[in-house]
Amino acid sequence: MKKLTLNKQTKSNLITYGIIVIAYFVIQIMIATHTMSYHMQGMLVTVCSYIILAVSLNLTVGILGELSLGHAGFMCVGAFVGASFSICMKGIITFTPLRFFLALLIGALAAGIVGILIGTPVLRLKGDYLAIVTLAFGEIIKNVINVIYMGIDKNGLHFSTKDTVSLGMEEDGIAVIKGAQGVTGMPQDSNFTIGIILILLTLYIVLHLIQSRDGRAIMSIRDNQIAAESVGIHVSKYKLLAFSISAALAGMAGVFYIHSFDNMSSSVFDYNLSISILVFVVLGGIGSIRGSIIAATVLTILPELLREILYSISKDSNVSQVITNSRMLIYSIILIVMMIFNWSPEVKEWTGKFFGKFKKNKSGKKEVA
Amino acid sequence: MALLEVQNLGISFGGLRAVDDFNLKIEKGQLYGLIGPNGAGKTTVFNLLTGVYKPGMGIIKLDDQDITSKKNIEINEAGIARTFQNIRLFKELSVIDNVKVGLHNQYHYSTVTGILRLPKYKKIEKEMEEKALSLLEVFDLDKEKDTLASNLPYGKQRKLEIARALATNPKLLLLDEPAAGMNPNETKELMDTIRFVRDKFEMTILLIEHDMKLVSGICERLTVLNFGRVLCEGPTSEVLNNPEVIKAYLGE
Amino acid sequence: MKFISFLIDGINLGSVYAVIALGYTMVYGIAKMLNFAHGDVIMVGGFASFFATSAMGVNPLVSVLIAMVVCTILGIVIEELAYRPLRNAASSLAVLITAIGVSYFLQNTALLIFGSAPKQFNSVVNIPMLMLFDGRIKISGETMVTVISCIIIMVCLTLFIHKTKSGQAMLAVSEDKGAAKLMGINVNFTIGLTFAIGSGLAAIAGVLLCSTYPTLSPYTGSMPGIKAFVAAVFGGIGSIPGAFIGGLLLGIIEILSKAYISSQLSDAIVFGVLILVLMIKPTGILGKKLQEKV
Repeated sequence: MKKLTLNKQTKSNLITYGIIVIAYFVIQIMIATHTMSYHMQGMLVTVCSYIILAVSLNLTVGILGELSLGHAGFMCVGAFVGASFSICMKGIITFTPLRFFLALLIGALAAGIVGILIGTPVLRLKGDYLAIVTLAFGEIIKNVINVIYMGIDKNGLHFSTKDTVSLGMEEDGIAVIKGAQGVTGMPQDSNFTIGIILILLTLYIVLHLIQSRDGRAIMSIRDNQIAAESVGIHVSKYKLLAFSISAALAGMAGVFYIHSFDNMSSSVFDYNLSISILVFVVLGGIGSIRGSIIAATVLTILPELLREILYSISKDSNVSQVITNSRMLIYSIILIVMMIFNWSPEVKEWTGKFFGKFKKNKSGKKEVA
Repeated sequence: MALLEVQNLGISFGGLRAVDDFNLKIEKGQLYGLIGPNGAGKTTVFNLLTGVYKPGMGIIKLDDQDITSKKNIEINEAGIARTFQNIRLFKELSVIDNVKVGLHNQYHYSTVTGILRLPKYKKIEKEMEEKALSLLEVFDLDKEKDTLASNLPYGKQRKLEIARALATNPKLLLLDEPAAGMNPNETKELMDTIRFVRDKFEMTILLIEHDMKLVSGICERLTVLNFGRVLCEGPTSEVLNNPEVIKAYLGE
Repeated sequence: MKFISFLIDGINLGSVYAVIALGYTMVYGIAKMLNFAHGDVIMVGGFASFFATSAMGVNPLVSVLIAMVVCTILGIVIEELAYRPLRNAASSLAVLITAIGVSYFLQNTALLIFGSAPKQFNSVVNIPMLMLFDGRIKISGETMVTVISCIIIMVCLTLFIHKTKSGQAMLAVSEDKGAAKLMGINVNFTIGLTFAIGSGLAAIAGVLLCSTYPTLSPYTGSMPGIKAFVAAVFGGIGSIPGAFIGGLLLGIIEILSKAYISSQLSDAIVFGVLILVLMIKPTGILGKKLQEKV
């Protein structure tokens, strides 16, 4: 009996990994046979980042059961720390894979530490208040990074909140973060293959965490905090564990994402991005890791695909504008409808009746007996 | 030396004395009942004993260790486990995982060990699985071990809650209306289980119950609460024949 | 002198926040939900007034009434369609996420209809500026109207809740929906009424906001909305005087930090206030405490 259950879990994990690996090879074949447009190929890194973000947010929302509206903030911390590292080390570490690996690691660590710093006071709050405070922190992170100037020269790092000149650097110095302009001159180290590896790593960490002693403790808090305390679960410790791992993975995704651009401003990592990621988690099914992957992929690719198809038919650039504008509108409708269908007691009863009838008709007398 | 000793315990909510001057002494291995009319403050006593509420006054001692005003987690570690009047299971977890959460503090491996699935993870998880199964067998729940807790029938949910509490390896087990919502057959079965738990685990049990058949059937001593105060205390048969108790239950 | 004129600006902005926060605090206090879309109802109110004056050429004051009607209806519809089905849902996450969905729905609908380019909003206030101390301190007509309407609204709301039957019903529903129902109170109607009033106030807030800061875009409402929630929490959520005090303080803090610390960091400072309040006194200045029953 025991082996069977372990196998069931392992099997489910292997299927999830398998989906990613198969998707990777299919896409590689499509690229090799030129059946995928350049525009779509350009989307691949973004999709990979979104998948990591959705899976990591699901750890907070679905597994811990708390709503975080500041996920983009952690992504932002990771992205800027990782990017700064890469720019500073461009001349020093010339072996790109090692430099990028270190950037990912440092970015994830930084975001994880910020997660612990924020989570320690904040996780005492519940529900609405926690949501609004995470939103607040996300905005604070974005705004603070937006005024920071950082440069490096032979004397080390220089910081300022005014402008590049007031950094007071030697002649050899380079400005790494330039306030509202963000970071410039990043090495573009990200690619699709690394993205897939990072997705697999994220899944490995999240799935194994959920299926361990710690994961059970985290889910017990979600299901009933008072009962969890009554059997000796240290609630704040496990909340913080889930929250900080979620933040660290978001940070890693940030490093990966930002390294596909030459420059980027912190204003990209705003509240809207946090909400988009939340939409992936909700549409994929709160708590379902595989669902998050699929939703993040479909909701990112589908509008682009639609745009390409419609554009190729009509050759009208207005069409693509309309799709861009309606994307968030459609997301918002998805959010509302999904929530009402999944959670409204009345609607559930109604659908239950409907499908119940359906089932009864199918299985016939069995139900009566 | 009594296992649990409560002296002069009291708490008020906004001027209302919910529990006042409450005293209780339970010997090791006893099956003890706490009864009283609705609203007498029985569950409040449980919440005070388990640290959900902080007592306004009084002392609680478990095994000669002062546990007054400790947090509920510390009290569980000190050796008190409980069930809840309105069942509080981990609904989205399987039956066996509910028990494994109860075992949480007796089996240890680090987060990293868990994520990397090092040999220690496999060894400890195997031990936890075996221990949890053996507990489920006591309550005849081993066949449903992979069912979601929320999908269990009501009576079995109550049993699972007891199994989860026992998993924390307590010295004292508090049961809050374990027979609520059960039919007479289930109640009878539950009585056997409670007795069995006491004998097999040498457990001390304090229970709140309204079902007089259950109370008179298994409890050795009783304390009766009325309006937050102890009305009387003593061996079950004596207490149940006390005219004051009958009056409190049946009215004037 | 400079400080005083900043202070006046702060009171002006704070009064706008207070009007929004009054709507927030009513809905939160009575329906027990964080209506994320409240800020976007403000934006709809702004557009309704803008459209009425610029396209239909109606009198600015009439346009305020039109905006109120539009927003009141909108509030009732949102409550009926999106929030009511989830009122008895097991998870509070569900309502919150739905509210976020509604907020995005309003924003993006406005984006599709009006486009993202900001519109120039003509102030509805037609009162000359007040000059004090030889013109060294100026109080604009908008400021006076905003502060006065804020005070009037607060007084009316307090009277409404404590002196009318519907107001008493709201208090009852906020204490215990089940018990209120047993006492013969129509809970659905009462909560609907709460949303209607809250949204009507949002329309006034929208017009006042756009009169003071005369640009209007689909995103106009979202930040002030979130900040007004901060104000409501600051003052103690569910408390009407609390929303007023919280709003004023927050407006003053925002303007002063913009003037003396950094204009780019003023939002961060406002959110910092929220975090401090929640860490130190989560019930706010005038709030009360809740505990889960075991």
